[in-house]
Amino acid sequence: MNSVMQAVEPATGTVSASGFIKKNLREYGMLLSLVVIMVFFEYMTDGTLMQPLNLTNLVLQNSYIVIMALGMLLVIVAGHIDLSVGSVAGFIGGLAAVLMVEYHWHYLPATLACLAVGALIGGIQGYFIAFHRIPAFIVTLGGMLVFRGLALWLLHGQSVGPFPKGFQLLSSGFIPDPFGTDGLRVTSLLLGAAVALGFVYMNLKERANKIRYGAAAEPLGFLVGKNLAFAAAIIYLCYLLASYKGMPNVMVIMFALMLFYDFVTNRTTIGRRVYALGGNEKAARLSGIKTDRLSFYTFVNMGVLAALAGLIFAARLNTATPKAGVGFELDVIAACFIGGASATGGVGKVMGAVIGAFVMGVMNNGMSILGIGIDWQQVIKGVVLVAAVFVDVYNKNK
Amino acid sequence: MNAILEMKGITKRFPGVVALKDVNLAVQPGEIHAICGENGAGKSTLMKVLSGVYPHGTYEGEIRFEGQEQRFESIRDSEDRGIAIIHQELALVPLMSIAENIFLGNELSSSGVIDNEATHRRTVELLKQVGLDASPEELITNLGVGKQQLVEIAKALAKECKLLILDEPTASLNENDSQALLDLLLEFKAQGMTMIMISHKLNEIARVADSVTVLRDGSTVRSMDCVDVPINEDEIIRHMVGREMADRYPHREPKIGDTVFEVRDWTVFHEQHADRKFIKGVNFHVRAGEILGIAGLMGAGRTELAMSIFGRTYGRNISGKVLLRGQEVDVSTVEKAVRHGIAYVTEDRKGYGLVLENEIKHNISLANLPGVSKRGVIDDGREYSVAKDFQRKMNIRCPDVFQYVGNLSGGNQQKVVLSKWLFAGPEVLILDEPTRGIDVGAKYEIYCLMAELAREGKCIILISSEMPELLGMADRLYVMNEGAFVAEMAVADASQEKIMRAIVKAGKN
Repeated sequence: MNSVMQAVEPATGTVSASGFIKKNLREYGMLLSLVVIMVFFEYMTDGTLMQPLNLTNLVLQNSYIVIMALGMLLVIVAGHIDLSVGSVAGFIGGLAAVLMVEYHWHYLPATLACLAVGALIGGIQGYFIAFHRIPAFIVTLGGMLVFRGLALWLLHGQSVGPFPKGFQLLSSGFIPDPFGTDGLRVTSLLLGAAVALGFVYMNLKERANKIRYGAAAEPLGFLVGKNLAFAAAIIYLCYLLASYKGMPNVMVIMFALMLFYDFVTNRTTIGRRVYALGGNEKAARLSGIKTDRLSFYTFVNMGVLAALAGLIFAARLNTATPKAGVGFELDVIAACFIGGASATGGVGKVMGAVIGAFVMGVMNNGMSILGIGIDWQQVIKGVVLVAAVFVDVYNKNK
Repeated sequence: MNAILEMKGITKRFPGVVALKDVNLAVQPGEIHAICGENGAGKSTLMKVLSGVYPHGTYEGEIRFEGQEQRFESIRDSEDRGIAIIHQELALVPLMSIAENIFLGNELSSSGVIDNEATHRRTVELLKQVGLDASPEELITNLGVGKQQLVEIAKALAKECKLLILDEPTASLNENDSQALLDLLLEFKAQGMTMIMISHKLNEIARVADSVTVLRDGSTVRSMDCVDVPINEDEIIRHMVGREMADRYPHREPKIGDTVFEVRDWTVFHEQHADRKFIKGVNFHVRAGEILGIAGLMGAGRTELAMSIFGRTYGRNISGKVLLRGQEVDVSTVEKAVRHGIAYVTEDRKGYGLVLENEIKHNISLANLPGVSKRGVIDDGREYSVAKDFQRKMNIRCPDVFQYVGNLSGGNQQKVVLSKWLFAGPEVLILDEPTRGIDVGAKYEIYCLMAELAREGKCIILISSEMPELLGMADRLYVMNEGAFVAEMAVADASQEKIMRAIVKAGKN
């Protein structure tokens, strides 16, 4: 039946703009909903949402969720899940406090040690999951309890702080501004403009490449429109940030990691293999891919990112508390699924997870400004999660 | 005699395509009516219209069953009228018992409470009727495919069907089980049941069918009565493909060189039962440009032999030597086997061969990612042009290589799997049932490809359950039975009878 049913369409050259948008609606749909949600809250909060101070807070509040979502996406695409990330982040925050506050380590070796412990934790969980085939749900459920308990034990149930100045800068610092102008932070604005230009350049290059090897490329009008909109949005957001204190350090870290993981998943052999592993593990194995080892590394990677998130969170609060990171895993996993990842593995995009994280973040922030209670906030977030995935699945099956 | 089933002028449209165009089908009571056609000809669609999967109103035309017009809204409706369908993919729940499966959705119960005694009694009767010697409490997962097929039939009988539709009933059965199943169908016919059988296997149609309807591209091409006139297989094939097919296998002039690939004393133990020797010291060799056939019944250990050689993907405690041009090579992982130029094209392309939710081009490059990347970064352009090349060369029918393989027909999927392995640049290609479940046209294309590869001097090992295919394509044959090679013969001296004799004789020892 299939061969008869395939409608043949022209394979080379550019396709029409409307046809292209239709085909890629799924990819841009999420971004569009983020924009809609932002506009909605901007309107409802009388412009508070996009105020430079609030925008800066929004980035700071969500950075650790976004960073963990990057690792979680790989775990989910590989066909697993990690429920322990919140506890691991809390535990690592506690470890950092003990090292720096109680043992007076310098923040640099302490940070590295914490990241290494994160890798070790991920490695231990990954070992059972990848090499002994214990379901990730069970192993990481155990990990969730173990590391929450260890965080309590490590901190003796109390908050420990404050951190050394240098460490606090991880979260509360902003990129330096050598131009030293008052009001507008020019460096941040210039950096933003550079990113926007880089983005446009990459897109043009990709299109030129596609045309060179004869694949269907985006229509030119759509490309120009898209790039103008993106560049304008980036520069505008950077302008808003620049008019407050400039770009937070965390934002630079987050952005660099986003680009790095987007590249890894889209363009490298490792990324390709993770997708194949999640899509059909047996086929991947019979294609010469070391599936066990690959699963293991996705958990090591997750451990490092959870540790980094724990450090950022601790630095932001300037204390480590045993309750830090409670419920983070739910936000992180929700971000991935809102962003279009499939619960059965093999499907999902880094940028989708990032957008998903910001959808959750903007809703948290906007609803808090509006004074909606924590009770209804949770109800609304839960509904949005199921609705987003429902729309996704419904469209796919149509 | 009046037809028990008449389908008149059935037209079924999907967005953008007409899957069925004015199809007519008439089935006489008490006959076995075969429907054949290439994949994509519309056979399954027609059966879905008949069984109510596509409810009345979504198609045009008329269905008359037992003289009355029928407007089925769901499968339930058609089942209530006594039409039961057995799908190609078995739909049994593995961890439930035979009895539970037979009455699933149709439980013998009063006010929601299952009557275990009646269920048991009725199951015993049904199993006897289909000739399956198993306890009703046995779990499905412990049965072989052949027996599972019988359970499916028992399930259909439990619904007291008047018309039984079988979609490719022997597709996954071995020779013995297929024969037994066909005998059973003939027995049912003797008892007066009417059956529709969809099949690719013309020899089976010739054996059991009373009439044949051929579909092509969604239209009825021909209906033939074959009670009086014996079936002419070539004529059916001609109708199916719409062209004269002078030969089902391409003509080749084998140029056979020196021994390239050799396996010595290969012994493998069963994956689950570590004390059970599964492959028992097998020795074989393949020469350059040779197509080596491995014949045997299902369960003889052919797939397990191939997979254990290919990176030890099956079995444990593997011992033996693999030699390439006289040098022993290490094939202990898939990666190493591939590096030594060995490729294995699996018999289960959906389960083991493809990542269905990935693009065609990603599937093609999967076994040789270094071939399209530099320092771990994939060159999209190179990957695309490689995939495009294969699409052209292999005649993969798809709009573009960005399409997901899950949307392709079986034959095209198989071509994608083959492309993947050809791109890995193998010297020795192990093809495990390469033409299973694909249509006649695509089969021929794959045979041509094999001939071409052999001409280039590659070694080809063809594992197949279809003996005509082995006899038509191979240069030399091994016969495998119960984990050992029991005979070797040049194809010129081989025949189906000789192969079967070798198997039967080995079984007696």
